Amino acid sequence: MSEQLPPTHECNPAKTPATADAMPRRSFHLAVIYICNAIMGLALAVPTILYLFVPPRMRKQSAFVDAGDVSQLPVGTPVEMSFQQSRVDGWRALTEKRTAWVVKTAENNVVAYGPQCTHLGCAYHWEEGTKQFVCPCHASYFSIQGAVLAGPAPRPLDRYVTKIQDNRLHIGPLKVSEEAKG
Amino acid sequence: MKAKIDQFIEALEHRTGIPGAVEHFLNEEIPASSGWHQVFGSVAMFLIMIQFFTGIMLAFNYAPTPGQAYDSLRYILTEVTAGRLMRGLHHWGASMIIVIVVLHMVQVFLWGAYKKPREGTWIVGVVLLLVTLAYGLTGYLLAWDNRAYWGTVVATQIGATVPLAGPYVSRLLASTGDIGVVTFARFYGLHVLLLPPATMLLIGLHLVLVRRHGVAPTVGDELKPKKQFYPEQVFKDTVAIFIAFAILFTLAISVRVPLERMADPTDTTYIPRPEWYFLFLFQMLKVFEGPLEVVGTVILPTVAILALILTPFVDRSKLVRVRQRTLAMGVVVLAAIGWGGLTLAAIRSTPPQTAAASIDFSGPVQWMQLKPAELSGIHYYKQENCGACHNVTQGGEAKAGPTLLNTGRRHDAAWLVQHFKAPQTLNPGSAMTPVNLNAAQLNDLAAAMLAMTTDNGDLISTTPAFAADGAALYQKTFCGSCHMVNGVGGKLGPVLNGLATRRTEAWTIDHFVNPQKVSPGTPMPAYKFSGQEMQDMVAYLFTLPDKAPAQ
Repeated sequence: MSEQLPPTHECNPAKTPATADAMPRRSFHLAVIYICNAIMGLALAVPTILYLFVPPRMRKQSAFVDAGDVSQLPVGTPVEMSFQQSRVDGWRALTEKRTAWVVKTAENNVVAYGPQCTHLGCAYHWEEGTKQFVCPCHASYFSIQGAVLAGPAPRPLDRYVTKIQDNRLHIGPLKVSEEAKG
Repeated sequence: MKAKIDQFIEALEHRTGIPGAVEHFLNEEIPASSGWHQVFGSVAMFLIMIQFFTGIMLAFNYAPTPGQAYDSLRYILTEVTAGRLMRGLHHWGASMIIVIVVLHMVQVFLWGAYKKPREGTWIVGVVLLLVTLAYGLTGYLLAWDNRAYWGTVVATQIGATVPLAGPYVSRLLASTGDIGVVTFARFYGLHVLLLPPATMLLIGLHLVLVRRHGVAPTVGDELKPKKQFYPEQVFKDTVAIFIAFAILFTLAISVRVPLERMADPTDTTYIPRPEWYFLFLFQMLKVFEGPLEVVGTVILPTVAILALILTPFVDRSKLVRVRQRTLAMGVVVLAAIGWGGLTLAAIRSTPPQTAAASIDFSGPVQWMQLKPAELSGIHYYKQENCGACHNVTQGGEAKAGPTLLNTGRRHDAAWLVQHFKAPQTLNPGSAMTPVNLNAAQLNDLAAAMLAMTTDNGDLISTTPAFAADGAALYQKTFCGSCHMVNGVGGKLGPVLNGLATRRTEAWTIDHFVNPQKVSPGTPMPAYKFSGQEMQDMVAYLFTLPDKAPAQ
């Protein structure tokens, strides 16, 4: 057997590949490998980036909620009103109880403040004696117009977008107030 | 630059040995006969990596509890950018893995590559096949739609019939009573926590054994010089992987995987179907009935798995060329005929899903919220071919008439009806021709116009024909005088929302034909609908939301 092996080997053309022919083949193989992998990498990377970084399309939800009757509110005295607001959280639709400090400034004119202090988000309240909003956490004081009177609060109270229809207050999204200048 | 790279690689080699290991891996010597027939292992490995990747991506937006699972999948499909693609890749990738793994196995079997000393590699491969099937079985439930739920009910009931072990299988999968939250948690845990590491271990073992014994040679290879794995075989593997990926990507983009109605354990009319690769098992159970059932559920599958495992020990013959392995070819052909025949029989014997059951809930379904008059109006919109001159939404080809979206902001129903009857009286110079419908039909058409808002998009193209036609028939026969649908109608008869959860379609048809027979004493008259009308009407009623939508 072993005596027959060497001649068989030498007859085999694959043993001595023509180098001139093998090199272009090799570079063709390498090129295909790189190009295929690059295309597949891109075809996966682009959708993945879109999937992870593009914000999801939000479902439509009505912007305003009915917070109640404002015809009986006293003018010039803030009242804390609560209302149900629906919110979309990813795949869930939540209904949450929210509150607002509502000030009737005149007939048919109402301001609704977000219930959190603009400093660190504590719940503030209305002091009837001093006629000020007071935050108990770090002693921020706000006027009835929402302006900062004292304390670390960086900006006036945030306001909800509101509209009044048939004496009922409709509360929309909370607008972050602008930083007080100076 | 080249010198810098070489220097870096040398430093890396000195510190970690990684470049050397990669080189060692790539320069593996393979037999001269190696070639295109050996690409399937690499393709299977690639597809498994795609499954891992897309699975992780899906998990980023998925809540693994029933109910929420469905909502979050719907969120992935309808709201997350490229979410449908990710799910498509994962769904079709699962099917492709089964195909490729079987092809891999058939190749090894035909070539006799399992022979001594490669028995262990083969057995690990058989276990990997079972693991692949386990992925399919557990992943099927995770969409939590009717299809997932009822498919799993059948699968777990089959598991429960196993003699002796049956009750323990049920206990383990928490499927003793109803399929519920605990079952779901078990399936999810198996699918994402147990199976992936098991797969990695088994693949690792499989590869170590392949390297240890080398790629299986064929007759005559010992006379030829060996080749190197890189780059020629890597090139072939890459081309095969690329073709598989192109097919997978095309499937994921072009074939929509539907999301059916959320799993409803009370829906007794649902016809469960397992995934296509389990259909042959499903069909086999129909052959073996009664006390013989155990043959189909346990004995035959066990025999098949044992036969696979024992293959290298049964076939101890000398290695011969593929063309001479006629017995092996015969076995493969027989298995293919058996599998194909059973699968075909299963497909043939599965009745088509009803229109109501096969609605894709990951598509726009706002039409379900419409009142009967509005839906009926869509029927007349299509019947009168209004779309020839009008677009519903912005964009699209330019047409003679105005875009109809938000018509309600500009006009009321009375104006619209008058405009349909005699367009020029309200709009002098209008090129519109009068709409030739009766007063009730015009009212419905006006209702449809008013229902089109930016919130619900293109109602005309997303409303299925059966719903619009069914609603038109509903209006024509004055069903609304006695029944309430989506909050409008009379109170004499029962509210029709939720009919699908209370009655079967067969019952409803009987009730239309002869109400007295089905519910004696009912004031409902009999209705003589044509076959098509009956189908549309029942399909429409069975796609109503379970509860009337809030105003």
